[in-house]
Amino acid sequence: MVKRVLKKLYIFLMFLFLYAPIIVLIVFSFNDSRSRGTWKGFTLKWYAELFTNSEILSALYYTILIAILASVISTIVGTFAAIGIHGMSGYKKKAVLNLNYLPVLNPDIVTAVSLMTLFKFFRLEFGFVTLLLSHITFCIPYVILSVLPKLRQMNKHLPEAAMDLGATPFYALRKVVIPEIKPGIVSGALIAFTLSIDDFVISFFNKGVGVTNLSITIYSMARRGINPVINALSALMFVSLLILLLIINKRDQKNLNPKKKGEAI
Amino acid sequence: MKMKIFSYPYIVWLAIFIVVPLFLVLFYAVTVVEGGSLKFTMENLKRFLDKNYLDVLWVSIKLALETTVITLILGYPVGMIIAKEKPSKRNTMILLFVIPMWMNFLLRTYAWLTLLGKNGIVNSIVTLLGFKPLNLLYNDGAVLLGMVYNFLPFMVLPIYSVLVKIDNNLIEAAEDLGANKYQIFAKVTFPLSIPGIITGITMVFMPAVSTFVISRLLGGGQYMLIGNLIEQQFLWVGDWHFGSAISIIMMIFILITMAITSKFDVQKEGSSGLW
Repeated sequence: MVKRVLKKLYIFLMFLFLYAPIIVLIVFSFNDSRSRGTWKGFTLKWYAELFTNSEILSALYYTILIAILASVISTIVGTFAAIGIHGMSGYKKKAVLNLNYLPVLNPDIVTAVSLMTLFKFFRLEFGFVTLLLSHITFCIPYVILSVLPKLRQMNKHLPEAAMDLGATPFYALRKVVIPEIKPGIVSGALIAFTLSIDDFVISFFNKGVGVTNLSITIYSMARRGINPVINALSALMFVSLLILLLIINKRDQKNLNPKKKGEAI
Repeated sequence: MKMKIFSYPYIVWLAIFIVVPLFLVLFYAVTVVEGGSLKFTMENLKRFLDKNYLDVLWVSIKLALETTVITLILGYPVGMIIAKEKPSKRNTMILLFVIPMWMNFLLRTYAWLTLLGKNGIVNSIVTLLGFKPLNLLYNDGAVLLGMVYNFLPFMVLPIYSVLVKIDNNLIEAAEDLGANKYQIFAKVTFPLSIPGIITGITMVFMPAVSTFVISRLLGGGQYMLIGNLIEQQFLWVGDWHFGSAISIIMMIFILITMAITSKFDVQKEGSSGLW
């Protein structure tokens, strides 16, 4: 009995440790003072200011735009690449797979400075294009890594059977292979989207004048004191994500598919 | 089947955006500009052997190791407790562990300033209890706390996903054969969870050794880790040659560490099982 209580207490403390900063952020988004130490009463003014603050709105716009573009492009390129790599064999396959692993294993900062060096070397102007290219580059490997296992699980005679029955390779790809590996593609796209939206290090080195994302804005604000508007924005984002998640979870529980759910995490 | 051709666009992409940049960094690392012309040299790499820089490397490695050990000690019981819950409950609990990661990590780290500051929440509790306010920010402890906070989920998730897959029959068999709880843990559960531990260690150690954000936010402007050194060389000093040399050294260090840890990883396939 004592042991059960201890376990509960331990888990509670761990969750407290994880959620304390988040609770603080949300509570202080209602604080009627700019300083982060003291509580001066309840206000909603930061939420109102959110819709007029051009610096933060522009950062939000670029964060979401880049995340959508980067995840869509990297999902398409990555899925085809995975299908291609799956069809390869021998040392070529090994070489491509190992190179694909490099951005995953390399510290973010090394990927960041190497891309920065590349863009500088080819005299590309730092801005939207460099930011997007670097995001696509670090997203693709994760898409490939989540699609490949699904290809391995697929019965390899399936597309062959389709083609024996008269399907063209493209038709077989569209009607047989893609539906088979769809869970991998979806989770790859989700990983890419989250990575892109949360990225700081690689964006920090490859951003341009006037084009920044939320992470960079927060980082540069951290020195002069964070504008509570950011707290308000992240509180909104957090709560909407939470609601979305609860809905998905509810639906999953109704569908009663415990196996699928484990994979979704 | 000619499925191979689908990968060609990506192979071109790999070459341009991954292979070429690394060679460029390597090229920068072994050259200097002298009198307007490039010269090949080992100067940049030698410069790193200076005591000051080696100290920075040592501090980074030490901090990353401490982070790894603490997250392992804190995280293993969490993974174990959650894995033993009922399926419906453990999914929710693991989800609760993942959710914080969806909030921008800079903001979460920044929130610790509010908690740990001079007039922060922790200090108000401390003074309420009648003690003197503590100096909690801008020191080693604060950076370590920030690291543990940020990387704890990366330790818990792989350990959990291995523990939850352990066949319960094995544990029952051990019980039938007279093993007590500690023996079961030492001889059955723990050995079977080693692949998860290895994945966790790599997922914590690698980003911890190369971070420059957590140290900058919680350690103050003076705090130097190897990541800060690279950032400083590229963005503030503008010495790309030396910055590249440090990047190459760090990359080699990481790849060697990876090679060593993957030797311990018996189930190679299991390491990608997190997603």
